[in-house]
Amino acid sequence: MDYLLTEEQQMLRDLARQITAERIKPVRAELDEQEIFPWEIIKDLAQADLCGTIIPEAYGGLGLGCLENVLVLEALAEGCVGVATTYAASFLGAYPLLLFGNEDQKQKYLPPLARGEALAAFALTEAQAGSDAGAIAATAVKDGDHYVLNGTKQWITNAGEAEINTVIAMTDKAKGARGASAFIVEKGDPGVSFGKKEQKMGIRASVTREIILEEVRIPQDRLLGREGMGFILTMRTLDLARPGAGALAVGLAQSALDEAASFAKERHQFGQPIIAFQAVQHMLADMATKVEAARALVYSVARYIDSGAKDFTKAAAMAKLFPTDMAMQITVDAVQVMGGHGYMREYPVEKMMRDAKILQIYEGTNQIMRNIIGLALNKEYSKKK
Amino acid sequence: MRTKNSGSGSEERRGGFQSLPINPTPPPLRSAMLNIIVCIKQVPETQEVRLDPETHTLKREGIKSIINPFDLYALEEGLRVREARGGTVTLLTMGPPQAEEALREALGLGADKAVLISDRAFAGADTWATALTLAKAIDKMGGADLIFTGKQAIDGDTAQVGPMLATIMGIPYVGWARKLSFTGEATIEVERLLDHGYDAVAADLPAVVSVVKEINEPRLPSFKAKLKAKKEAIPVWGLADLDLGAENVGLAGSFTQVVKVFPPPPRGESQIWEGDPADLAARVWGRLKELGRR
Repeated sequence: MDYLLTEEQQMLRDLARQITAERIKPVRAELDEQEIFPWEIIKDLAQADLCGTIIPEAYGGLGLGCLENVLVLEALAEGCVGVATTYAASFLGAYPLLLFGNEDQKQKYLPPLARGEALAAFALTEAQAGSDAGAIAATAVKDGDHYVLNGTKQWITNAGEAEINTVIAMTDKAKGARGASAFIVEKGDPGVSFGKKEQKMGIRASVTREIILEEVRIPQDRLLGREGMGFILTMRTLDLARPGAGALAVGLAQSALDEAASFAKERHQFGQPIIAFQAVQHMLADMATKVEAARALVYSVARYIDSGAKDFTKAAAMAKLFPTDMAMQITVDAVQVMGGHGYMREYPVEKMMRDAKILQIYEGTNQIMRNIIGLALNKEYSKKK
Repeated sequence: MRTKNSGSGSEERRGGFQSLPINPTPPPLRSAMLNIIVCIKQVPETQEVRLDPETHTLKREGIKSIINPFDLYALEEGLRVREARGGTVTLLTMGPPQAEEALREALGLGADKAVLISDRAFAGADTWATALTLAKAIDKMGGADLIFTGKQAIDGDTAQVGPMLATIMGIPYVGWARKLSFTGEATIEVERLLDHGYDAVAADLPAVVSVVKEINEPRLPSFKAKLKAKKEAIPVWGLADLDLGAENVGLAGSFTQVVKVFPPPPRGESQIWEGDPADLAARVWGRLKELGRR
């Protein structure tokens, strides 16, 4: 399929593909087996200027949009979703700065992110708060010209590696979700510590840790936007990030399809390659169709966002829901096409199937995506009466 | 090769040493800002090389062209020297018009500018005629402080152009560099990879250095450099732009000529025998006798 990408967009995608082929694929099995954080690959991405795709040129980035971002994410996910998640999660941590940061905050924090010298993390989830963002227990109490933060954030991607953490904490518990605020917490701020590295089913190259905040006293200029804007900031950040999760799913599923189809060409049974059997052909045909449908959806939503759309919450949720459910199904099918080979760690689809599962869970579960889409439909059809 | 037979009329028309003597006094170092030149060559991707069985020439149609892999290490070293000591990195290649693609790709890795030497008159150049043409182009560029090449090109595998270029320019040549360090403003020390270890040699700049792949790890292209590379104006210099006559370049200026390119005869199928050493020895002995090699 030709998605009428500009020469610049193709160049960007090809550069990301080169990194996938030369730097990610050769090491992905080792990163997964040994749970190695991919700092080396982050350096490669930085050298290629890809740590700054969505960061404005004024802060050292490339100043590109959502479509360019999803093109890069898709290409990297063809290699390893663990690596691609590390990269994507840094942008998740950077969106609040891009959306709500003041000039000083942007000047201070965006250039090191664009240069790839620092990573970012977004810290919303807690033991009792995830999908229910209003149930956050972490607090931020104003004390003179400082805030004092307390609480524990759970399952934070990049925590402990990221220098820059966007942390959501309650400044006014009585107001519920409207009492949440967002703060920039630096890795080295006194009182900040990190829990153990979680052991995960998939995306094992990425790190997931707790961020523990104990009497963390930070200057008031670390507040992003105004007090009480934490919830809206979170929603807008996730809206922007969701097509990215969809793009990771497209890259992963494409890669699983490539493995399965290549294998089916090589594997002979009953005197012919198994791709000659209709049972296998039909599976591959369904897989290829679904991957293309998901890609078309992700690119369309990305282009819609880049067009300056104001409210794209529903579209963004769709661009996460369909591709990530699709990727889970396609990776399961890829293992099935490859049979016993597919189940072995020696072949990459085993890892792909483990990696796919998280895509249905993180950045809002797919059940929450359906809630968002359903809520939007309910509103739309009420207006039409 | 250096002894010219003045009695031979056929050699008289060729360029060679008499009409263009080796530079007797090496040019001085130009300035503190190093003028670094990296010579690259566009070659066919090795595993795809096919010979035309009729003409014994390389079949280039539909074959992907790449930058000679060793030249990427030369470029990386040039970029590293620039980053450490300041200066500019200029790419230089001689080839058909499509060699511009190789220059743009190399610009995407961070070189500052590029020059393409291209003219029908240069076709058929051997290593000498190539080196002479490159030397004249470097003269036109105002000389150089440090010239990097890959240790050899993977198509011709001659490893001659670098040393010939240094000879013509009258400057030191240091081959197979696996490590390069500066010992002064215009002096370098180079570890040269040899068959069994390495030696270390010192050289004054300007110099030509050919590199082996042990010297560094080439970087990835960067998006900003690729964008710039796409728009960069690459001058194309032909015979008229260089201080050379038609008799000095291309086939006319070449001492050697490729008469025939052929694949080595097939060696027959190899076999792997396994088993008890004594049995195997007897089997080998029997086989040798059978082949009449006793």
